[in-house]
Amino acid sequence: MKIHIPTPLRQYTGGQQTVTVDGANVGEALQHLTTNYAELRNHLYTGEGKLRSFVNIYLNDDDIRYLPEKEATKTGDSDELTIIPSIAGGN
Amino acid sequence: MLKLSREDYESLRAHGEETYPHECCGVLLGKSGVDGNHVHKIVRAGNTRTDRAHDRYNIAPEELIRVQRQARGLGLDIVGFYHSHPDHPAQWSQTDFEEAHWVGCSYIITKIDKGKATVTNSFLLSGTSEEDKKFLDEPVDVLAGQVDSAKEKAQV
Repeated sequence: MKIHIPTPLRQYTGGQQTVTVDGANVGEALQHLTTNYAELRNHLYTGEGKLRSFVNIYLNDDDIRYLPEKEATKTGDSDELTIIPSIAGGN
Repeated sequence: MLKLSREDYESLRAHGEETYPHECCGVLLGKSGVDGNHVHKIVRAGNTRTDRAHDRYNIAPEELIRVQRQARGLGLDIVGFYHSHPDHPAQWSQTDFEEAHWVGCSYIITKIDKGKATVTNSFLLSGTSEEDKKFLDEPVDVLAGQVDSAKEKAQV
């Protein structure tokens, strides 16, 4: 399946904006992603292994945090994951 | 240095005037060059912080994903963001810093003074991680025509 990488993290995927990984579910796909591109791990996960609070990961159009099975959600070759850090602020 | 067209520059400033006294926000699409980010298109976004839109902004991830798809379709990247500070200096705030996670991207801030856009500044989020990130003042080059990275590269 395809995983879309946001601009700031492409330096860790050799400049690729989209990478292809195997994985029967979301968790496996992310595991393969951070195995293939090890430097990504620290940018996606905390030291305790939790997804950083500002990192959003969408399976197609759905935030994986709100999927009933979350990272155990099954995936197919035609599914796409998108990593999208949050954008917020204010004075 | 951040390069963008006069049209886009005026458009993002006008956006802040239109949403005053609330903060506006949007996305900068373009290319990152050796001399900085080049903006080819700006995309207006909605501010989801309706609870305190006068001093906070947030772009829904779903909207960001749509914009990122749009960028891919145009052969462009997300190179930055913009927002306004109603009746507040065009300087990044502690909240802006804490909520900035797109290293290498430009963050444009426009002061809207009593409904009128005044100062516009840009800050480059520099660093390698959350732990060492920092905002750097980034000069803004407003071009008369459209920004064309390919042409600029060819001319070098």
